[in-house]
Formats: sequence, structure tokens, C-alpha cells
Amino acid sequence: MATETLHAIDAHVHLHDEHEHHELGFVQKYIFSEDHKTIAKQYLISGIIWAFFGGAMSIIFRLQLGFPNMDLTWLKPVLGQWIVEGKLEKEFYLALVTMHGTIMVFFVLTAGLSGTFSNFLIPLQVGARDMASGFINMLSYWFFFVASVVMFASLFIETGPASGGWVIYPPLSALPQAMPGSGLGMTLWLSSMALFIISQLMGGINYICTIINLRTRGMSFTKLPLTIWAFFFTAILGLLSFPVLLSAALLLIFDRSFGTSFYLSEIYIGGEALPNIGGSAILYQHLFWFLGHPEVYIVLLPALGITSEIIATNSRKPIFGYRAMIGSLMGITLLAFIVWAHHMFVTGMNPFLGSVFMFLTLIIAVPSAVKAFNYITTLWRGNIIFTPAMLFSIGLVSLFISGGLTGIILGNSALDINLHDTYFVVAHFHLVMGAASFFGLMAGVYHWFPKMFGRMMNKTAGYIHFWFTFVGVYCVFFPMHYIGLAGFPRRYYSFTALGNGRMEAFVDMNMFISIAAIITFTAQAIFAINFVYSIFKGKRAPQNPWSSNTLEWTTPIVPEHGNWVGEIPAVYRWPYDYSKPGSASDFIPQNVPYSATPESNFPEENEEMAKEKEIEGLLDIQNSSYNH
Amino acid sequence: MSAIHAPAVPEKLTWSGGSEPMKASYGKLMMWFFLLSDTFTFSALLVTYGMIRFSNNAYSGAHEAFFFSTTHWPIPDKVFSALPFLHGLEAPLIFVGIMTFILIFSSVTMVLAVEAGHRGDRADVEKWMLWTILGGATFLGSQAWEWSHFIHGPELAFAAKDVAGNAIDGANLVRNPYGPPAFADLFFFITGFHGTHVFSGVILNILIFFNAATGVYERRGHYEMVEKVGLYWHFVDLVWVFVFTFFYLV
Repeated sequence: MATETLHAIDAHVHLHDEHEHHELGFVQKYIFSEDHKTIAKQYLISGIIWAFFGGAMSIIFRLQLGFPNMDLTWLKPVLGQWIVEGKLEKEFYLALVTMHGTIMVFFVLTAGLSGTFSNFLIPLQVGARDMASGFINMLSYWFFFVASVVMFASLFIETGPASGGWVIYPPLSALPQAMPGSGLGMTLWLSSMALFIISQLMGGINYICTIINLRTRGMSFTKLPLTIWAFFFTAILGLLSFPVLLSAALLLIFDRSFGTSFYLSEIYIGGEALPNIGGSAILYQHLFWFLGHPEVYIVLLPALGITSEIIATNSRKPIFGYRAMIGSLMGITLLAFIVWAHHMFVTGMNPFLGSVFMFLTLIIAVPSAVKAFNYITTLWRGNIIFTPAMLFSIGLVSLFISGGLTGIILGNSALDINLHDTYFVVAHFHLVMGAASFFGLMAGVYHWFPKMFGRMMNKTAGYIHFWFTFVGVYCVFFPMHYIGLAGFPRRYYSFTALGNGRMEAFVDMNMFISIAAIITFTAQAIFAINFVYSIFKGKRAPQNPWSSNTLEWTTPIVPEHGNWVGEIPAVYRWPYDYSKPGSASDFIPQNVPYSATPESNFPEENEEMAKEKEIEGLLDIQNSSYNH
Repeated sequence: MSAIHAPAVPEKLTWSGGSEPMKASYGKLMMWFFLLSDTFTFSALLVTYGMIRFSNNAYSGAHEAFFFSTTHWPIPDKVFSALPFLHGLEAPLIFVGIMTFILIFSSVTMVLAVEAGHRGDRADVEKWMLWTILGGATFLGSQAWEWSHFIHGPELAFAAKDVAGNAIDGANLVRNPYGPPAFADLFFFITGFHGTHVFSGVILNILIFFNAATGVYERRGHYEMVEKVGLYWHFVDLVWVFVFTFFYLV
């Protein structure tokens, strides 16, 4: 009888699917889609577009920094009144660095990275037909879209977008009279971020609940691919830290628009005292960094998860230390919440408190080192296949290590007095979180492009893109360490006035950085062209192009809404059975039972065979969960 | 078909996939995680309250001799000591106590509605939802009175004085006759933020009541939606307990 119901359900699912295909119009299928794959692509394409805007902004301010005397009149058609007598307006320079940071951190590396891959991979890799709530998932994207529109609109207003740095510290951001960017631009920034946070919460709740509730039969937590573990912790980080930014932003909105004094106290502008008393600007910094620090890991963890998957697949070796990897992700997640004040060592904080935060900060080196060690040991004596995705993953490991090392220096509350707010910090976080996460994003795109669009990206263009980017990123950010050590503060418009011989020496270095940045940015066009071209004209993808073990490669080459035709496969083993001794094939997908591979089973795995019946017995329950 | 009628999963397979662990539907789970995240929103606000409050001077004299001044933080039971229609009566924290009681009581009626839902008793669900809505609306009404009383301010003779020595007439986000302006800022912001939550809760409760009354849940076969909104409602109550503690008791 059970089988009968099963067939009935199957038929039902199938009919339902076909029924839906007829009904879905263009709008429901491509715009207000509830299909996680479409939403993922929407996030990806939005993220890529934002990345080009964010990148272009950095090129403009790099021109100013590298070539302070350059005539920028040719930019007038684009920038209009922001170019005054051939020079970049000083206020606009500040707007550029602010918007570059905001766009890259939130819109590209948060929404574009975890929005894309959490959405795309969670249902496919845990074996679910879609997210827990497709509707909320769709809302999540469209809230992000509206946030994007508001932020984008702020670029075009007369007083310019927000300019107080991406951290928007009050009182600079709280007082419209402080600078042009603190007027309407800041209001739009805050509105956009409020929408963005709502979008993140809806997305995050969905990711968490899908992972907990919709794993296919047999997919216990210890059989989840590391990508999913990373997305899980990322979502938890976002869920618990973004609401604090929401509170901080709401309080700031009240200070700006309704006369309260949460962050303001005893301020004189133009010799005149403002009425605000009793607030604390430091309070904002605490609230902001309670999000701001976890945000670093929100950006980085998905990239690390993607890297784990790609490195194991393309080394044709099991990931080294699967449980240690989960443990380190968990450790990073916990520590992320208790280190925020290391961004505030120089705010006049009690030095004892500083040493506590220093201690906690330095502990992060432990899980980070575990990760780096495990990546390298996975690569060690592997049968490495250098796909573009693999190159970007290895690039990530390289950037993660070289950027991470300076983190140990910056985490020291005494050294930070000297290095705080210098280019040393800029170099550090661009390597360890900016570029590393960007590399994770690129690795993910190259690796899962065949699943997303059913076609392959051009490999040669991928290699060229990688080498330009990899060498370029080091050329841009490595010299910044020296500039920072020499004491150059970040966000300064120009250093020419500093004038003495030693400082002037760095003009060459700034010039070098700018040229490298321009080349690196231009090289991204190779990616853009490859991406767009391959969507339409790329080589057709085979079923499992990277001979990978995870469940997404068991779906049809271009999965329809619902992902699997017929039953969702059951899972019997972990996702890293690569090059298993005794096995004829060098990979054994997760849905292959141990009873089918007696030649390669370890003794303890033979015991697992007994559980196969139990796992299969869950089919009814699993099917019923899709029918209410 | 519902989660409630799904076949049982052997306990050792709870986390083995293919089923909802511990029979928690994704909808309930989503509500729990949302509440967890909202906890952090409120925590941030209460931390803000704590930090600003303790950076202000506390009143150090005798309780009976307390007076409103912008130089020390007011004692709550001197601020909130009025009752509607009983002008001049000194009733410290009585009104807010009644409000709190009403809100907590509405949580009890919500529990009864959820319980009625488990039994599939439509009439009882309707009855208890109606009581819950009434409780929520009464709380909101009381808060409106509390706010308007606060905004109106104490009699000028007792009000705190501004820098120029004039009595401060009435409270808003900029001035506060009871003490430092931050007190009023935080009072309006935090109770307002909580009130917004209660307001959305009442709207949700009305929707639930409407759906129950029109038989939507009966046709669906289960009243899980009542439970989900119930979770939210209890959370809003719980948050009030903290807001109450911070603003009125500490």
C-alpha cells in the first residue's frame, strides 16, 4: 500500500509540476519567481552589476590618489559637477570611498555572494525541492532590489550620496550641516540599509529553516557538504547581528530627523552650541561593530565553504578534517560576536577592556589556521585539476593567509594605536575579506555556472581572468602595507601637502597601485564577457562536469522548478568520497549506498549498510512533508 | 495532509533528514528564528538605555524629597504615578501595573486559543482570540493614555527647569520636564517600538480570528497558524516584561 501512495504522490508531484509550467507566465517565471534557482541568479546578476559600479568608484578615487595632478575633465560627462576645474571635488572623493565600501560589503559580498550561493546551493545540496518558503525568499530578493534602487538613486542627488565612510559614525552622519553627504544622501543610505536588513533577515531565516527541516532522507548534519555548513553559520551570524544594526540605524534616523540625542552630546558647529545633550557617539560604534564584525564573517564564511567544496573536488581527495572544518566555522561564528571592540581600540576605551578584546581577537587565529591548514593538507599530494574555479579557490587560500597574518598585528591593541585607520588596515581587510571573498564568489560562479545555466564557461578566458586578478590584487594591496606603516591615513583626499621627501617617495607607490588597480578592474571585463557569452553560447554542460559527489549534480542538467524529476535521491555517505581505495571510479556520489560499493567500504561503513533500510523507510514521511 | 498527521519518525532518525526534526514545521521554526533575531533588536535598544542612563547622574537624596531636574535621572515611580480620571492622586506604578497585567493576561487567553486549536474547537478558538485581541487593544489604549499623560507633563510648579530657569512645559523628543531629555527620548523610542510590535500583533490576531471564524483553518485541518502567531504574541509580552523592568522598576 505504501508504494501505491508513493506512486500516487509521485504522480501528483509530477502533474503538479507540469500543471505549473503551463501556468507560469514570464513575470512569475523570471521576475517575481519563487524558484530558488531563479532568485539565486537574480542575486548573482545584481551582485555583478553592483560590483562593477563599486569597482569603477574605486578606480576614480585611485586616479586621484595615484595621479593627484591629473586633469580629470574627461570624466565630466559622467560626474558632471563633481569635477571642478579638472579636479575631483573633495566632498565627492569622500562619497566615493563611502559608497565603494557600502556597495562592496553589503551589496556585492553579502547579497551577491551569500544571496546567490545560499539560495542556489542549499536546496540543491541538501536535497530539497525549494526553500522552506519560496514566497519569503522572493520577498527577500525584492526588498534587496528596492534597497539597491534607493542606494543607487542616492548617487544622483545634488548633495551627493552618504560620505561619512561606510561605518557612518555620528556625529558626522547625524548632523546634516556636517557635510553635504550627511543630508539627503545619508537619509537614503539609512532607508536603503533598513530595507537591506529586512531582506537579509528574510533570506537568513529561510536558509536556516531549509537546512534544518528540508534535508533529504539520510542527509544528517554530519553528511552535509561544508558549503551548507558555511551558509548555515553565515545565516545565523546575519540573523543575530543585522537586527542590532537595524536598532542602531533607527536611533540614528531619530537623531537626524526627530531631534533626539541618542548619539549626540555637547557639539559646537561654527561656534554655536547644538541643543543636544546626553547621548554618546561611542554607543553608536558599539552597536555598529556588533554587526560590523560579524559582517566580516558573513562575507567570508560562504567563500570559505565554497572553497572547501571546490578544493576537495578538484584535488580528488576527501577534505582534510571535515569535522575540524565544521568546528572551526563554529568557532569563528562564536568569536565573531565577542571581538567587536577591536575596531575601537583608540576610542578612549579602558586599556584593560582593550586587552580582553585583543585576547579574544587573537584566538580567531586558531580556527582560521585550522582552515588554512586543512586546505593545504587537502591539496597535499592531491591529483589536482586546475579548473578556473580551483585556481580562484587556491587564490582565496593564499589571500586568506597573507591577509590574515596582518590581522594578528592589527588585533594587538598596542600596535593598533599606530596602525589604526592607516592604509595598513586597508591592505589587511581588502586581502583577507575583500579579495578573498571576491575570489570565493568567482570560484563559485566558475564552478556552478554549468548547473545554473546548463552551459560551460570558457576555460581559457577563465585562466586569463584569474591570473590578471590574482597578480593584480597583490599588486594593489601589498604595497599598501608599506604606505600604512609609514603612517598614511585612509580616506584622505590627497597627500601632496605632506610634502617632505620621505612622504613624497610614496607617490610612486600610489601611482603603481593605481595602475595595478586599473589593470585588475579592466581584466574583470574578460569575466563579464565570458559570463554573458557563455549564458547564451557556451558549450553545453555535461551531467556532472567536475565529477563531483554532491546532490546538485544528480538533478537534470537544467533543473526545473522542483529540482528533481520524480523522487529526491536519498543520501548514504558524506560528500567527500574522492579517490577511495578499492573503488574503480575516483568519486562516489552521496546517493550511492554502501551496499553498492562493497569493494571500497571501510569496516565501519559496512555497518552503515544496516541503516540503509531505515533511511529508505523515511521516503513516505519526506513526501508527505511536501504535501501540506 | 498536515504535519500533525505525518507518520511517526523513529527517535534515532530525528536528525537523519527526510523529516522535520522534532515535528517542528518550517513555519514555526521560522517564527522562532525571527523572534531570536528580534530579541537582538530589543537587546540593542535596552543596552542603549542602560548605557545612557548610567552615564547620567542618579538622584541621591531622600525618596520623599525627590524633585524633577534635568541634572539627575528621574525615579520612575515619581514620573508614572497618575491614574485616569483621578487627578492629584498619588498612585505610583499602579496604572502601568494594570497595563502589564492586561497584557500578560492576554497571553493566557492566547494559550487557551492555541489549546482550543489543538482540540480543533473552532468556537473556542474564536472566543479566546477575541479576548486576546481585546487585551491587546486595551494595552494599546492604555499606552496611548500613558503617552499623552507623559507628553502633557507634570504641573509647571513641579516641572524641571531649563537652562534659563523656566519650567519645561510638556515632554517631547527634545525636552523633558521630568529629567534629562534622554529619558523622554528613550521612553518614547523603546515603548513606541514595543507598542508597534503589539500593534502588529493585534493586526495578526485579528487576521487569525477572521480566518478561524470563516473556517479557513477548519478546512485546512489544523490550527497551526494560531500557534505561530501565539509565539509572536508571547514574545511581545516577554519583551514588555523587560521594558517594564528597565523603565519602571530599576
